[in-house]
Amino acid sequence: MSRLRTSLGTAAVGALALAVAPVLAQGAAEGPGLGRPATPEEIAHVDISIPPSGENLPPGSGTVAAGAMVFAERCVACHGEAGAGGQGLTRLTGGVGSLATDMPVKTVNSYWPYATTVFDYIRRAMPLDAPQSLTNEQVYAVTAYILSIDGVVPEDATLDATTLPQVEMPNRNGFVNWYMHEGDGTP
Amino acid sequence: MARRGEEGLLRQALGEPVAGNGLLHRRAFLRGGIAFTGGMAALAAGGGGAVAAAVGQSDPIGLDSPPTMTTPGRSFTPYGVPAAAESDVVRTFNVNPIAPGTGTSRTPLHLLNGTITPNGLHFERHHNGVPDIDPATHELIIHGLVDRPLVFTVDALMRYPMESHIRFIECAGNSGAAAGTMPPQNTVQGIHGLLSCAEWTGIPLNVLLDEAGVQAGASWILAEGADAAGMSRSIPLDKAMGDTILALYQNGERIRPEQGYPMRLVVPGFQGNINVKWLRRIKVTDGPTHTRDETSRYSELMPDGTARQFWLEFGPKSVIVQPSFGVNLTGPGYYEISGLAWSGAGRIARVEVSADGGMSWTDAALSEPVQSKALTRFRLPWRWDGQPVVLMSRAVDEKGQVQPTHEAWKAQFAPGQAFMYNGIQNWAIDANGEVSNV
Repeated sequence: MSRLRTSLGTAAVGALALAVAPVLAQGAAEGPGLGRPATPEEIAHVDISIPPSGENLPPGSGTVAAGAMVFAERCVACHGEAGAGGQGLTRLTGGVGSLATDMPVKTVNSYWPYATTVFDYIRRAMPLDAPQSLTNEQVYAVTAYILSIDGVVPEDATLDATTLPQVEMPNRNGFVNWYMHEGDGTP
Repeated sequence: MARRGEEGLLRQALGEPVAGNGLLHRRAFLRGGIAFTGGMAALAAGGGGAVAAAVGQSDPIGLDSPPTMTTPGRSFTPYGVPAAAESDVVRTFNVNPIAPGTGTSRTPLHLLNGTITPNGLHFERHHNGVPDIDPATHELIIHGLVDRPLVFTVDALMRYPMESHIRFIECAGNSGAAAGTMPPQNTVQGIHGLLSCAEWTGIPLNVLLDEAGVQAGASWILAEGADAAGMSRSIPLDKAMGDTILALYQNGERIRPEQGYPMRLVVPGFQGNINVKWLRRIKVTDGPTHTRDETSRYSELMPDGTARQFWLEFGPKSVIVQPSFGVNLTGPGYYEISGLAWSGAGRIARVEVSADGGMSWTDAALSEPVQSKALTRFRLPWRWDGQPVVLMSRAVDEKGQVQPTHEAWKAQFAPGQAFMYNGIQNWAIDANGEVSNV
């Protein structure tokens, strides 16, 4: 390890080796160690994922009414009026209560377990022709609008970093973690 | 003078069926020479042709040669391409006019042999197109529940010790058409073509995670791509620390743009898009992030209305590709039945083939080497008598899991479900040798 680092010969790498050597000695002593430390600013810049806890949700808020306007402008062409889909369109709404029937309809409101996923996905990937072009406020708003269509949130709802993770999706308890299920020997 | 065992093999080689409708022993005709060599020597001996009649005025031998032997061939090319006559061996795809980069292209499995997919034919599934990434500026960040958040340039990663493994990658939506109520009349490419196999070379992900120092309490990672879908999937930490690699090379050359250039994850045996392409970020977490592509998509609804989530590992699966839909027989006689088998759980242990709709089965030969979580080629000699038959194949993996029938697979799920389908594929062959899906 030390021979490899010496042969690299740069002052920066040498300094890094000194700084982390006590920690590396316990765990990763065999690694080449060619990464550089990530700064908190760098991490904040790229860390866009939102888990169900809502940790990492950004500031800002959005209302159902504001979301309806965003939807009409940016979403309706691919998802139809009120997210109802249609010929060649991707349906987002309806189907609540259908999952255990002979005609299950999987939509955001009938199937997705967490509202945080809706926010995360819209913010990272939508609209398809200009992903990541919506403001945080617009993403909160359009999330609220989509959820309101099936009454998952009320018409006067405002979503933000506090209220979004508290939304109880209709299919919140409908998923079985099959990886853990198989892992503990009870398939 | 043949020993007793050899006599048995000889009988098999001469064509005594070992299962219904003409299936022969898997070792018939292998290494052999037993049935086939006799005539070859005679052919060779008779090939001498006419001896020149007159001394001193012989014809140049080029008069009897094909033009390729009498004209210098063409010069070199920087990057080779297949023969012009093979121009139909291509990926197929339908372009969505609203989102031209979103969708799939399919590997022409029925036109290939062996187990390795050429890089230009590897299937694609893009959720918003192929990004054009500059390797000089692309970086991988590892953060979250780690002692030392780290950033790696591509140049730095290229200096790490690497491993090579042959692994299949399959889209979780592959064969979805076969999960319907009517068998699709389509080629193996059209039904099962979201499946490819390559030698992937890269860095064991545990090396990089160890350098970052995974903290107690961590149980999953989130992997994220730098594409316009921001593709993100949660991966169990034990898998990320296990046989997962950060791949930089595909079949010897740097990964193709459509396969994740400059780097992708290869998560052996798991759902295709968990092998995140254009990888830019790994966040070590205390649970799954529940992204869109592990909740809304790639989960499977069961009859009681609950859904299997994180059903990540493919079960055992096989498909006969020769013959198959569009690969018809040209008349009674000898054929090699050939196909592909694979399992997300490890190696293929055996593949059985039936030519009578499942009444009788015999083991196919597995082409060596049989590798874990890789495509395995199976082969079986067959003498077709010209009567209608139904061909089937059934894979068993090293954990003893058996490929289910279509009906058994369907019974596990709610109507209309189609992810992770691995039911047995049946091909009917009529008296004209034409193949249909039944």
